[in-house]
Amino acid sequence: MSQFTTLTSKLIPLPNNDVDTDQIIPARFMKITDKNGLAANLFFDWRYNADGTPKADFVLNMPQHQGSNILVAGDNFGCGSSREHAPWSLTSWGIRAIFSTSFADIFKGNALKNGLLPIEVSPAVQESLLALTEEAPSATVHIDLASQSFTLPDGSQHSFGIDPFAKICLLNGVDQLGYIQSHEAKIAAFEMAH
Amino acid sequence: MTPKTIFQKIWDKHVVHQDANSPAIIYIDLHLVHEVTSPQAFTGLRQRGLKVRRPERTVATMDHSIPTVPLSELKVFDSLAMAQLDQMATNANEFGIRLYGMDSPNRGIVHVIGPELGFTQPGMTIVCGDSHTSTHGAFGALAFGIGTSEVEHVLATQCLLQYKPKTYEVLVNGTLPAGVSSKDIILALIARIGVGGGTGHVFEYRGEAIRNLSMEARMTICNMSIEGGARAGLIAPDDKTFEYLAGKPYAPQGAAWDKAVAEWRTLPTDDGATFDKSITIDANSLAPMITFGTNPGMGMKITDRVPDPDTLTDPLAKSALDKALRYMGLQPGEALLGKKVDVVFLGSCTNSRISDLRLAAGLMKGRTVAEGTRLLVVPGSQEVKKQAESEGLDEIFKSAGAEWREAGCSMCIAMNGDQLQPGQYAVSTSNRNFEGRQGKGGRTFLASPLTAAATAINGVVTDVRTLIG
Ligand code: SF4
Repeated sequence: MSQFTTLTSKLIPLPNNDVDTDQIIPARFMKITDKNGLAANLFFDWRYNADGTPKADFVLNMPQHQGSNILVAGDNFGCGSSREHAPWSLTSWGIRAIFSTSFADIFKGNALKNGLLPIEVSPAVQESLLALTEEAPSATVHIDLASQSFTLPDGSQHSFGIDPFAKICLLNGVDQLGYIQSHEAKIAAFEMAH
Repeated sequence: MTPKTIFQKIWDKHVVHQDANSPAIIYIDLHLVHEVTSPQAFTGLRQRGLKVRRPERTVATMDHSIPTVPLSELKVFDSLAMAQLDQMATNANEFGIRLYGMDSPNRGIVHVIGPELGFTQPGMTIVCGDSHTSTHGAFGALAFGIGTSEVEHVLATQCLLQYKPKTYEVLVNGTLPAGVSSKDIILALIARIGVGGGTGHVFEYRGEAIRNLSMEARMTICNMSIEGGARAGLIAPDDKTFEYLAGKPYAPQGAAWDKAVAEWRTLPTDDGATFDKSITIDANSLAPMITFGTNPGMGMKITDRVPDPDTLTDPLAKSALDKALRYMGLQPGEALLGKKVDVVFLGSCTNSRISDLRLAAGLMKGRTVAEGTRLLVVPGSQEVKKQAESEGLDEIFKSAGAEWREAGCSMCIAMNGDQLQPGQYAVSTSNRNFEGRQGKGGRTFLASPLTAAATAINGVVTDVRTLIG
C-alpha cells in the first residue's frame, strides 16, 4: 500500500451529496482482472459527452485542477457498492485525500487500504473549504497525518479523527494482511474450538 | 447476565483477537465469491505465494457479467466479460474452491444461491465482495459486503479486521395492507432515514410485520440495508427460518440438524437488550412505494407527487434534488402515476426469487404487457428458473409478451449487455437507481414486483391496488 504522511495540494470542489460508487466508476468498467486503466474511466459519465469528448464544465477536466490531489465533496461520499475499483480509480487519477462531512462505511475502509485519506469535517468546515475553492482557487491546503491536522492558507489549523490502526498502516505504507497473519496461532486455536 | 442483541451474540462468538486501539480480528464462517470483485484478490494471493486457508468455507459463482440469453443463442459477447468469467474458473480451479460456473444447474446470483443451497445459516458470519451480502442477514447471520483487499484477507486467513458497528433497531408493527410488500417496507424506511441514515450501524428488523413475512420477503428487506447506509441487517431466526433451511443440500442433516436448531434458538435478541438507535414503522400506514430520484432514499408513496427542491433549505440537499430531477427528466409536483415506462425489469438479488415471480405472474395471468413496453424477467438462479418453469410461470410471462431469461444480475447492473438506452424510463425491482446504473442515461424507478407487474400491464406507472380491486 502507498504510504501517506503529508500532502500539500490545491482543492478540487465536487459539492455533490451522496456521490455513489456507480458514478465514481461505472460498473461497465469493472470487467477488468487487474487494477490498471481506471484513471481514464473515473467519473466517466460525468466527465465525458456521448461522443467521448471531455465535458469542459466538469471539474476533473478543468485545466486548473490538473495535478491536484484533494477533493472536497458533499455529504455521504462513496455510498453504494463495495467496489474497491472506486478508490483504485480515484488514486490512479491522483486523488490522495477527500474532505466530506461523512463517508459510506465500505468506501471508507477501502480508501484507507489504498493510501487514500478520507477526512471527516463539520458542515461549517466543509463550507469554508468549498468557499476557498471559489475565492482562492490556487491556494493550497496542507495535510499532516501524523498530527492529524490540516492547515488552510490563512494559517488556521484544524484537527481530524482517524482510526488509529489505519493511521499506523498509512504512515508506514503497510497493509493489514500482515497484522492478521501475525495472529496465526490464535486463528488456529479459534478454529479448533469453533 | 446482561441481555444481548442477536448482533452482539454473533459478534462475541467470532472475535478471534482484539488489541486496544485496533479493530477486532473476526472469524468468517462463509465467504462467497463472484467474478467481478475477486480477480485482483487472487492475483494478490499468487504474488504473496499464499493459499486459500479454508476452501470448504468458500463458495464461488458467476453472476454479474454473465449473459442471460442461452450461450447457444449468443451472437456476440463482450470479450472483457468473457475473460473475467474465464479468470473466475481458473482461480477456483487453481485454489480448489467450489464454483457454480457457467454450466452449473445451481448457478445464480450469489445472494440467491447462498440461501437456496443452505450455505447461509443462522449465527454465521458471512462476507462477500458485494454490498448486498446484507441479504443473508434474513437468516439471523451477520453478513456484510467487503472490498477486494478484504476478499484477499479472508481468502488467506479466513479472518477480517473489523471495528464493532453500532446497533439500530427497526421495529415494524402492524399488518401490511393488500398490495403492499416487504419491498415497500424497506423503501419507506430508506425514504425516512436517507441513504446515509444507517452508516456505522447494523440494523435489526423486528416486530409483528417482520415476523409475518416469508423468508424470501425478509431477504428483500435485509438486501437493501446497505441502501440505508448500514452494512448489515439482521432478522432473528424462527420456525420459518428452520423450515426454509430444512433439507437444503448444505444445511446440517440428522442429529447435526437438531443440534444446530437448538443453538439457533438461542440467537434472538434477549428481552431488555438495548440498541444504539431505534425507529418504529407502522405497517398499516404503508402504501406501495416508488423512487423518483437517483438514490434509493429519494422515494415516496406511489400516489404522492415529486417533491420541489425549492422547499429545501440546505443548499447541498437542494442542489442534489435539483440535479436528480434534471437527470430523471421530472418536474417538481409531477405525479408518477400514469408516467410512460419503456422497460420493466423483474429481477436482481432483491426480488428475483420464486415468490417474487409468483406474485408478478399471479397478476400477469390472462393479461398482456402493454404495447411499447418491454418486460424483462430474470430469475435469480437457474434453480428458481427451473421451479418457475415447473409451475408454468414462464408460460404466463411469455404469453403476456415478456422476455424470459437465464439467471444473473442482468439489468440490475447492466454489465452483461442487458441495459437501458439513454433517456429510457424503467420500473425495476432491483435496489439501485443511481445515474446510469441500468445503462448510461437510463432512468430507474425502484418498486416492488407487484408494482412492476402492474406497470408492465398498463405501460405506465400503476398503483397495483387498482388492479387487485
Ligand atoms: S443483482 Fe444487482 S445488486 Fe444484486 S448482486 Fe447482482 S449486481 Fe449486485
